[in-house]
Amino acid sequence: MKRTILCLGLAAASASALADRLPIPADAPPAFKAECGSCHLPFPPALLAADDWRRVMGGLDKHYGDNASLDEKSRRQIEEFLARHAGSDRRVTRPDIKPGELPRLTLTHWFRKKHDEVPAAAWKDKAVGSAANCAACHTKAEQGSFREREIRMPGNIGGRRHDRD
Amino acid sequence: MKPLIPFVLVAASATAVAGTPVQILDAYANAVGAAYQVSAQRGAEFYARKFGVSAKMDSCATCHTGKPTQAGEHVITGKPIKPLAPAANADRFSDPAKVEKWFKRNCTEVVGRECSAGEKADFIAFVSGGL
Repeated sequence: MKRTILCLGLAAASASALADRLPIPADAPPAFKAECGSCHLPFPPALLAADDWRRVMGGLDKHYGDNASLDEKSRRQIEEFLARHAGSDRRVTRPDIKPGELPRLTLTHWFRKKHDEVPAAAWKDKAVGSAANCAACHTKAEQGSFREREIRMPGNIGGRRHDRD
Repeated sequence: MKPLIPFVLVAASATAVAGTPVQILDAYANAVGAAYQVSAQRGAEFYARKFGVSAKMDSCATCHTGKPTQAGEHVITGKPIKPLAPAANADRFSDPAKVEKWFKRNCTEVVGRECSAGEKADFIAFVSGGL
């Protein structure tokens, strides 16, 4: 019984962790923000499963259309950090990708559901450019905060509220 | 005079992590050879050239804009990129390891191979405003 309650507790905790606060875990190696964060927001590790992060980190020379090669020490530190804090929730562990493609956190069930009210025009807006550009709408994304009241859509497309908490 | 040499070597290795655009440029030029004539003009041509290798990153200017003194934008992720020119961003070309890391990454992606030491020297001469 105890175990069941514990499991339920953990499930609830992980579900709420996937809500609007996704801070970068404190044990992030300096290379995580410096390297990943130089081309895009350093994504919260909980948004992909450990195996998916390992696949991403195993092919940095072909990283979604860019070369993101790292020295082996930094690569390994970042991979271990991502795997340590990776998501285990079913909603983030099955990105909808074709065989041979790299996993994308923007194609997980969770991400799609969270963004299903975003109008197509917003995704195509020049200020957004890519679904990986979290900070284009989530004004406090850099601080790991994705609350609805912090969302500002570019050009005020569709008003500013689109997300359900 | 001889005892001075080890001292100079120690001083040089202690400052190896820091640098100025001129020092980093000189190191690349010296790697080609003492007779290498650095050319900001060749650097400008290289910066603007469309290499036709990478699907989205056709040239340096694709992300860094036509003018290195301007802020750019990562063409895939949309993340802002601070200006490349040291005149507009003092952090640029101050850390040889960082410079080498980005040349390796971006040359492989955009040019389709690693850049030569001469190309790197010319490039720095151009973005630094013709050192």
